[in-house]
Amino acid sequence: MANQDVNTGRRRFLTATTAVVGAGGAMAAALPFLGSWQPSARAQVAGAPVVEDISKLVPGQRVIVQWRGQPVWILRRTPEQLATLPTQDSRLRDPHSDNPEQQPDYAKNEHRSIKPEIAVLVGTCTHLGCSPLFRPELQPEPFDAQWQGGFYCPCHNSRFDMAGRVYEGVPAPTNLKVPPYRFLDDARIEIGVNPEGAV
Amino acid sequence: MSSVIDRAITGAQTWVNERAPGLMPFYRKHMSEYYAPKNFNIWYIFGILASVVLVNQIVTGIFLTMHYKPSAAEAFASVEYIMRDVTGGWIIRYMHSTGASLFFIVVYLHMFRGLIYGSYRKPRELVWVLGMMIFLALMAEAFFGYVLPWGQMSYWGAQVIINLFGAVPWVGEALTEFIRGDYLVSDATLNRFFALHVIALPLVILLLVTLHLFALHEVGSNNPEGIEIKKGPKGNRWSEKAPADGVPFHPYYTVKDLFFVSFFLMIAAFILFFEPTLGGLFLEHDNFVEANPLVTPEHIKPVWYFTPYYAMLRAIPDKLFGVIVMGGAVLILFLLPWLDRSPVKSIRYRGPLTKALIAIFVVAFVALGWLGLQSGSTAQTWAARIFTMYYFAFFITMPIWSSIDSVKPVPDRVPAHD
Repeated sequence: MANQDVNTGRRRFLTATTAVVGAGGAMAAALPFLGSWQPSARAQVAGAPVVEDISKLVPGQRVIVQWRGQPVWILRRTPEQLATLPTQDSRLRDPHSDNPEQQPDYAKNEHRSIKPEIAVLVGTCTHLGCSPLFRPELQPEPFDAQWQGGFYCPCHNSRFDMAGRVYEGVPAPTNLKVPPYRFLDDARIEIGVNPEGAV
Repeated sequence: MSSVIDRAITGAQTWVNERAPGLMPFYRKHMSEYYAPKNFNIWYIFGILASVVLVNQIVTGIFLTMHYKPSAAEAFASVEYIMRDVTGGWIIRYMHSTGASLFFIVVYLHMFRGLIYGSYRKPRELVWVLGMMIFLALMAEAFFGYVLPWGQMSYWGAQVIINLFGAVPWVGEALTEFIRGDYLVSDATLNRFFALHVIALPLVILLLVTLHLFALHEVGSNNPEGIEIKKGPKGNRWSEKAPADGVPFHPYYTVKDLFFVSFFLMIAAFILFFEPTLGGLFLEHDNFVEANPLVTPEHIKPVWYFTPYYAMLRAIPDKLFGVIVMGGAVLILFLLPWLDRSPVKSIRYRGPLTKALIAIFVVAFVALGWLGLQSGSTAQTWAARIFTMYYFAFFITMPIWSSIDSVKPVPDRVPAHD
């Protein structure tokens, strides 16, 4: 109290350092709270790979399995369905699967799959996440007079062909996603894991 | 550059002040021009520490409710889920459970400060009564919170505490059924305790804390000398009209508080990281067994902050009288401002009788707390009876001993110590 002179420089330094250290501490203390909103260990386990037996899947048939809570379609395409794939390129937005986000490299081909007849697709529309309907019949549909078979989203009329490639003129921006998957043997397919050696 | 920032800040201040003219006077009244006695010592940090813990409980509690499931089928597993699977969940829960114990440590010391310096004396009776209401609400809050993990101690603790209300003549049985919402402690009980714990009581506590502070700032803080600085001479460095022995709360006590808050957080962090259950004292080991309505744990006891009252309850061999004694032990504290008849406030100017009785009171209270943690042998039961007698005698005879004890003359101004 004896010294009435205020050393403003020192006071400003102390205020600033206190504020900086305090802010650092507050940020460190915030970490576990922010972390607690991350997927928990349980959610991560629920996202583990799933194995499906496809030996009983007949040509033209589709099964839906759950992987990370999402529908994944496994589809055994008939030779006729495979034959339609090259014919639609001019009507598709990304016929050659050039968007690398939508499939692993080993599925960047005409049929978007490892084995030509087996298609594996994440069954949520790339527009707003509805699950498109399976419309495999080669017949005129109300939404497309030249329908070649594929998937039709009832929410906002997006359409995809038998390889999950999106048609032009619909709201969905990209092809359906191909998840990482591999064949454990001829009968079993594991979704969520890349084939050995692939990235 | 800095002038641009300064202009922006001034502009924003003017903008706000034009639209909310009450804000700056409010800030001045409660912070920069709230003149607190200049002689606060370490006993005056526990109020701010209690607010720090309160904020901790609210923040960690909000994050716990994001993962906790308030149902008898899922509660226990969801707490284990928080501890093991949720990222950072373990520390958030330990912050909450350790925070509860620290809350009571801080509040007990805060109340003891009031006792030794006579902070409840006129004109601060309302501050004390509001503080006691906070204490009651806090006890209820702690009890409801302890039920939520749905372990064995949660379950049987709830069973015992609810059945205390069964001691009420005539309506007791119906009352316990009403509280439980079932014929036994069950899912319905857990669900309503969850609602009370996470929203009802926190709102009550926040309101009471606000009133406690407003009531305090109306009359001004007491101090270790028990001298009314508002009655003393006026005029200090900052204002002609302010008490000569007062300093502005901000920055003088905010800085002091900040230092002790950092120190307190260091201790808290040490407990949190190295001894989060404090050997079963802050979190009882038996509560790591899921609630089982068919089997009572061998040794049932409440958490440490309730054990003084629990020891009193156990020492009384009559159900209704035991409950009355236990409730009375808390309620009698409300009357403290009117029981104390001493002409001076602070222990510094009171006689040897008062000092001795308060010292024995501390021993009795701590001993009761320890006895409440023990299994209760015959000798321990008798010890608990003696200390219970002392606890009540201390308050009931206070009007006598506080008025006959010798006192030293109290100076008009806060004296300067070396």
